[in-house]
Amino acid sequence: MKAKEFALKLGLTEEEYGKIEKGLGREPNENELGMFSVMWSEHCSYKNTRRELRKFPTTGPAVLVKAGEENAGVVDAGDGLALAYKIESHNHPSAVEPFQGAATGVGGILRDIFTMGARPVAFMDSLRFGRPEAKGEAGRRTRGLIKGVVSGISHYGNCVGVPTVGGELVFDAAYEGNPLVNVFCLGTLRHDQIRRGAAKGVGNPVFYVGAKTGRDGLAGAAFASRDLTEESKADRPAVQVGDPFVGKLLFEACLELYAKPDLVVGVQDMGAAGLTCSTCETASRGGSGIEIELDRVPQRETGMTPYEILLSESQERMLIIVHKGREKELKEIFAKWGLDAAEIGFVTETGKVVVKAGGKVVAEVPARLLADDAPVYEREAKVPAKLAERQKLDLKKILPGQPRVREDLLKLAASPATGSRRWVWNQYDHMVGLRTVVRPGSDAAVLRIEKPGGGWVHVAMTLDGNGRWCAQDPREGSKALVAEACRNLACAGAVPLGLTDNLNYGNPHDPEIFWQLREGVEGMAEACRFFDLPVTGGNVSLYNQSPAGPIHPTPVVGVVGKVEEGVRLVGGVLGQGGGAILLLGTQESGGLGASLYLQEIHGVLAGKLGKVDLEGEKKLHGLMRGVLKLAGVRAVHDVGEGGILWAVAEMVMGEGSVGAEVTIPSGQGERGEEALFGEGAGRILVEVEEGSVGEVERMSAEAGVGCRRLGVSGGTELKIVCGAVKEKWGVGELQKLFHGSLPKALESE
Amino acid sequence: MRFAVVQFPGSNCDQDCVHALQVLGQEARLVWHEETKIEAEEGVILPGGFSYGDYLRCGAIARFSPIMKAVKNAAERGQVVVGICNGFQILCEAGLLPGALTRNEGLHFRCEPTWIRVESPASRFTSHYGTGEMLRIPIAHGEGCYRASPEILQELEAQQRVLFRYCNAEGQGVRGGNPNGSSHNIAGICNERRNVLGLMPHPERCCEEVMGGVDGRGILLGAAGVGRKI
Repeated sequence: MKAKEFALKLGLTEEEYGKIEKGLGREPNENELGMFSVMWSEHCSYKNTRRELRKFPTTGPAVLVKAGEENAGVVDAGDGLALAYKIESHNHPSAVEPFQGAATGVGGILRDIFTMGARPVAFMDSLRFGRPEAKGEAGRRTRGLIKGVVSGISHYGNCVGVPTVGGELVFDAAYEGNPLVNVFCLGTLRHDQIRRGAAKGVGNPVFYVGAKTGRDGLAGAAFASRDLTEESKADRPAVQVGDPFVGKLLFEACLELYAKPDLVVGVQDMGAAGLTCSTCETASRGGSGIEIELDRVPQRETGMTPYEILLSESQERMLIIVHKGREKELKEIFAKWGLDAAEIGFVTETGKVVVKAGGKVVAEVPARLLADDAPVYEREAKVPAKLAERQKLDLKKILPGQPRVREDLLKLAASPATGSRRWVWNQYDHMVGLRTVVRPGSDAAVLRIEKPGGGWVHVAMTLDGNGRWCAQDPREGSKALVAEACRNLACAGAVPLGLTDNLNYGNPHDPEIFWQLREGVEGMAEACRFFDLPVTGGNVSLYNQSPAGPIHPTPVVGVVGKVEEGVRLVGGVLGQGGGAILLLGTQESGGLGASLYLQEIHGVLAGKLGKVDLEGEKKLHGLMRGVLKLAGVRAVHDVGEGGILWAVAEMVMGEGSVGAEVTIPSGQGERGEEALFGEGAGRILVEVEEGSVGEVERMSAEAGVGCRRLGVSGGTELKIVCGAVKEKWGVGELQKLFHGSLPKALESE
Repeated sequence: MRFAVVQFPGSNCDQDCVHALQVLGQEARLVWHEETKIEAEEGVILPGGFSYGDYLRCGAIARFSPIMKAVKNAAERGQVVVGICNGFQILCEAGLLPGALTRNEGLHFRCEPTWIRVESPASRFTSHYGTGEMLRIPIAHGEGCYRASPEILQELEAQQRVLFRYCNAEGQGVRGGNPNGSSHNIAGICNERRNVLGLMPHPERCCEEVMGGVDGRGILLGAAGVGRKI
């Protein structure tokens, strides 16, 4: 086959082929084209999104390693402690092979974190699927995907001994053909332990460590940069197979290696694009070159071609460059952990990645050309033709003549889309490591991290996404996400330090999709600038569409923060009764646009979320952190999806909760459903002892934030009054539905 | 007392055990599975995790580790040996305790707080408690369903070697309180000499209030031979 023909077959464009030929000054061979096809895929190069990603604020006083510099961002948590964290998607692999797809997603993000020199201490996962209760084949397939993905995460995360402490699980028909599996990992390290992925020092040996190379995951990065189709199942060989046991040994061995003074020069994990990516990126960062001999690469299959070895995405492998003369120390550590460590090459001054097989050169490419000079495209963006129509909302046509709030809440409690996620997190070891002080099921998870000099720092983290909000208004929806994530952290008394994002969208060649992406990035960037929140990296996942159409635009944000001194970590359950329930923040419901209520109860996605008052949010978060330092604070929960009634209900549905009696504010001319289920931002519920109410009111007035007493906790019922609506439910009745809905939907067969 | 906490490849609660023991004022050192020596005055902890990835069968490969000979000798000399979770599985595979731990009845891995009831205070591990005392202790396992022949179960019961049993919040040994389907609701047993304990729940995860409770302290303190403070 002619080189150009082969390039097109690999998914490169004519223009890209031209650029390669010019860069090399000759016709590329097949090995080289394979390397370019993965390195210049969207997954590795961000060629379609790079211009947009530049809009994010990426600097700040806490930033130690910036977005795009290394495998993960690193921020300062004070006292010499640093946090490395990142989110990654494994959407396409999970769609065709849910168990291994999700497991290797966990393994991949784990490597990104320990590559930085950090000890991984927590995972979170953001998962989106179709409706598990759907009838027929669609429902059966979705249930299979959910169970497969959850077991895959459980399998890998539990075995490596890193707790999975939070996340989200969303069911929406928009993800039926293309589920989203985004995994987040946090690691901790001292400032002086940060590792770089640069190949420096001519003559220094390049080691391959970890598992052997096989034919699995061939060109997975390129696979992830295409639409999912009926034929995608045939791409199963593009899905990698993970071995968490080796993953655990690998990170323990690496951490032991890093602890040796002045031994390691550079480290890079072999994830997407495997050996190709790790060699050209380390060489490019180091301003150097690398020469490797493929015959020395540990292989678990015979007869592998150079092309296969270069593009394999076999898991649990790393590239490590050490100082010359220190090879023995590295070999001893990996021998102790029973892992391969092969010296496969050395650092050169040529600026090229030279690959040999049997002593003969099989590929020779300038490292920069491969790693950094991928073309950057400006894609066309167009406002979706039907957007204005979709944003219209005529409640008269949707809501019944009289509110049926009692049935509505029971339906929400009984829906697998909104029910308790305990079925999921009970399958994850969320306690190993003895750091998890706020467990899954809260607004934000909180870990205690030992300070370098002794004592503890408390770190809070949350993952948030909302495809519904973003489908109806990508800009405001994305702003609302960032606001919600920061609010969740405020509910744990934490000041946000940094954000990692996973941009999940459809095919960027569709101008309407690209418009969603651009709006989303700009909205998120605006909110991040407002909250002084640097974006420290993340992942872009495009081509998330199936024959049924694209997914909702779904940016997912992971925010980490530091809990302020003196904060009481109280959780969101009404434990004892006799407390006052207060609403902090705005008293406006925000209306039913793009709400969970309309979708779950009336099957309608219409309207849009109200405008986010960022100024008000910031004040509210500051107030919340202050209130959490009062001795009389008992419980806290943010108002999000499902609105204020759902937020109160979630509190009473928590394990061991008592009931509550509350009066919920209703705006002029507002329907009861709007006041109760509207998803406007900027609100937090807090339960405090009666004696502390005055103090909270005083603090709120001082902060310029609304504070309204809604009622009291206690009893065995949830009773509400809202304008003309007056309803009550038994706490036991709600709890039973809430905790039973997900297991019922998934384990009925 | 000083404990040797054994590190197998794939152990992941080793550091947690060291931390908990130190919180309780005990000494602890990590012992790599290829070592061969346990000191005569030391207690031994086989921690939780996935030794050798749990390949073949949980604990089936770890029993062949060089350190296990020293662990067996220590047990025979009457030293304290505690196997937690994967450690319990290893003790069964190594023949230091009878029976086996199989896949949870519901087939899922389960990580959650459970209630267990102290069945017999007649061991150092339960010396801090009275009969029927209930403890809130988390589990985290996929294969914790205890199985043994009827004869062995009878022997365990007759010799009061079932030290801990799962129960519901009211203290009843009913199905709803048993997270994995274990025979006789067994959560933890000891050997005939009462110096070797195997249990699925994780006492090291509940030794500090900030971790959600301190019901595990008595088990580890008892293992260390520290008497109950009244």
